[in-house]
Amino acid sequence: MAEQTTEAGRLTADELRTRTADLLASHPPADTAPLDFLRARFDAGLAWVHFPRGLGGLEAPRALQAVVDAELEAAGAPDNDPRRIGIGLGMAAPTILRFGTDEQKQRFLRPLWTGEEVWCQLFSEPGAGSDLAALATRAVRDEDGTGWVVDGQKVWTSSAHLARWAILIARTDPELPKHRGITYFVCDMTDPGVEVRPLRQITGEAEFNEVFLTGVRIPDAHRLGEAGEGWKVAQTTLMNERVAIGGSRQPREGGMIGVAARAWRERPEARTHDLHQRLLRHWVDAEVARLTGERLRQQLAKGHPGPEGSGMKLAFARLAQQISGWEVEFLGEDGLAYDDWTLRRPEGVDFTGRQAGYRYLRAKGNSIEGGTSEVLLNIVAERVLGLPPEPRTDKDVAWKDLPR
Amino acid sequence: MTAPSGAPAPTEPDLLYSEPEEDLRAAVRSLLADRGGPAAVLADLESGRAYDTGLWRQLAADMGTAGLLVPEKLGGQGASAREAAVVLEELGRAVAPVPYLTSAVLAVTALLGCETDRPEVAAPLAALAEGRSVGVLAVPLPTAPGTLPEPAVRADADGTLSGEVTGVADAAAADVLLVPADGPYGYALYAVDATADGVRVEPGVPLDLTRVPARITLDRAAGRLLAGQDTARAAVTGALLTGAGLLASEQLGIAEWCLAATVRHTAQRTQFGRPVGSFQALKHRMAALWLDVASARAAARNAADALATGSPDAPVAVAVAQAYCAPVAVRAAEECIQLHGGIGMTWEHPAHLFLKRAKADETALGTPGRHRAALAELVDIPAP
Repeated sequence: MAEQTTEAGRLTADELRTRTADLLASHPPADTAPLDFLRARFDAGLAWVHFPRGLGGLEAPRALQAVVDAELEAAGAPDNDPRRIGIGLGMAAPTILRFGTDEQKQRFLRPLWTGEEVWCQLFSEPGAGSDLAALATRAVRDEDGTGWVVDGQKVWTSSAHLARWAILIARTDPELPKHRGITYFVCDMTDPGVEVRPLRQITGEAEFNEVFLTGVRIPDAHRLGEAGEGWKVAQTTLMNERVAIGGSRQPREGGMIGVAARAWRERPEARTHDLHQRLLRHWVDAEVARLTGERLRQQLAKGHPGPEGSGMKLAFARLAQQISGWEVEFLGEDGLAYDDWTLRRPEGVDFTGRQAGYRYLRAKGNSIEGGTSEVLLNIVAERVLGLPPEPRTDKDVAWKDLPR
Repeated sequence: MTAPSGAPAPTEPDLLYSEPEEDLRAAVRSLLADRGGPAAVLADLESGRAYDTGLWRQLAADMGTAGLLVPEKLGGQGASAREAAVVLEELGRAVAPVPYLTSAVLAVTALLGCETDRPEVAAPLAALAEGRSVGVLAVPLPTAPGTLPEPAVRADADGTLSGEVTGVADAAAADVLLVPADGPYGYALYAVDATADGVRVEPGVPLDLTRVPARITLDRAAGRLLAGQDTARAAVTGALLTGAGLLASEQLGIAEWCLAATVRHTAQRTQFGRPVGSFQALKHRMAALWLDVASARAAARNAADALATGSPDAPVAVAVAQAYCAPVAVRAAEECIQLHGGIGMTWEHPAHLFLKRAKADETALGTPGRHRAALAELVDIPAP
């Protein structure tokens, strides 16, 4: 990692260490309430060091965040439980930073980062999945023109039952073609018109929700970007989502393959030749996927992002499904058991958590959530390989005239 | 070597290409383009020229790529497996019929594994490194690293060798044969001049027209002892490991050409009033292949880097690269034929050269299954 930066005016690792030490001195973790510590960390610019000053950052190189995190972890400082607030950190924050007004950035980013306010994402609808731009939730100007009234139904909303705020896209002009009549908002989840219902999945639990919006009022000050520009704003959110799903760094035998390899080592009596052959193939595929991700990170570190990112999620989903299926089969009679079908409401998701049956079922979502594998293949084919698009019948037609 | 479960790879590999490596690639690519590319390879083959000796001279001697793996004081360029891998990527993209893998990688690495301060070793090594001669390691092409077969050649007390080795790639182009043999020194490695008395080299009719295996028959042929016993075994094993690891880069180059040719063809070939590449049934196949090629690049670079740095992880990196890249090259070539439709099945179109090379490469230096079996030992996933 770069210990120093050559760019004039940008902070070095040593300077960040000094600031971190100052924070720890003024707010000793042992004697400071966790929330007070997190607020102080944000105000010291050590929350996300690449963010602007005054918004939790110091305009430092993003790679130096690891320096701060390591120092704070060593000192026993509390963290902001990133798994619980992943949508805020990974999707809402970059979008607010890029498109928000100064007032919006000041209001939202600090409690988002400290975890005081949980965020959720109101994008997908029953009639708008892969074709998200077909969404039908309507936002119309209210009587006095100072805000909007929203009606519609959203689905696959994780954390909606915990969330204080949502990022929302809604149709504001049905006369325009579908990509052009959409506006991006911040929605208050405490509005009386917001109803959240758990959406039970094939795993038995309800990680997600359906959200019904009935006469929900949103002040115009909570619009992100211009009216009608919501699709463009949403692209920032979605790009960050795919990076988050396919992008975490893994050691060898990290993730699902590690679970399977450990099972193999622990149960010699369950081994068969067929399962051995298949496990070795999965091991090779997982190791190569890990290396491909590592290569992508090395390219990013050099400032040359490669297009491989578009494909990482595809590989991740396929491997998770194949390996978790292998494991259920390997476990034999134990694979026939399931730990718990009760309707749980987990605060986050751990793809390698619980037991084999859960992992197998949860992995089925990996090729659907955050862009189906089929849509991602289209993206790779058209944007990376430059293959011609399918003929489209929906691009230049007013949204209201499209078949639904 | 056994990796404990969950253990990270020992060192952080450099999976990118350096600027000098990119410059080397550009030079090799430009040379290959000047020679006319895959279409010229086909024309040459039809005129009965199995090896492009003109191309080899320019590539090996003039550009110095034959000596990339050899230290400068031994007559080479003092580069590493990372640079040789880049050359092999380009040779794969061009299905070039030159003995680079066999002479500049396998034979050179075998000699480097011997005592290079002895003139019997240093002289042929310098000749290979400078591109003045071509050498081959006389083992069957399918031999996998770690499965060293007992030699089929016998060394007698008078220093002559007798026996037969089959499937030795590029032997017909070789000036010097590096022959493992059993004899007074036990397992040992000898150098035999291809033109010496008692040496017969008979190329067969190969599946892969661009890398021809031959039968070598020795009948009391004069041999020069290069190394004996453990040194000889280690030299041959090391050569096979390096060869297998760098073969992955050739396979990457083959797959890249096949994907690019397929994308180019389907983007302009029109049926049903549209470019056929606009149909999802086809574009999804090409997108999936692109991901596999991108992954093969990471695997091949990892193997090249591990070999270049002498990493203890090299046996794992090589086995992973071979187990992954060999099938990707074959599938890329098969998809290339299928998605080209009828033209892909013709002799005139060069796609078949890539299919034949890819399929032969899958068997060369260990099948994917053999490499997976090696991994089972290396990473502690034992067979039942």
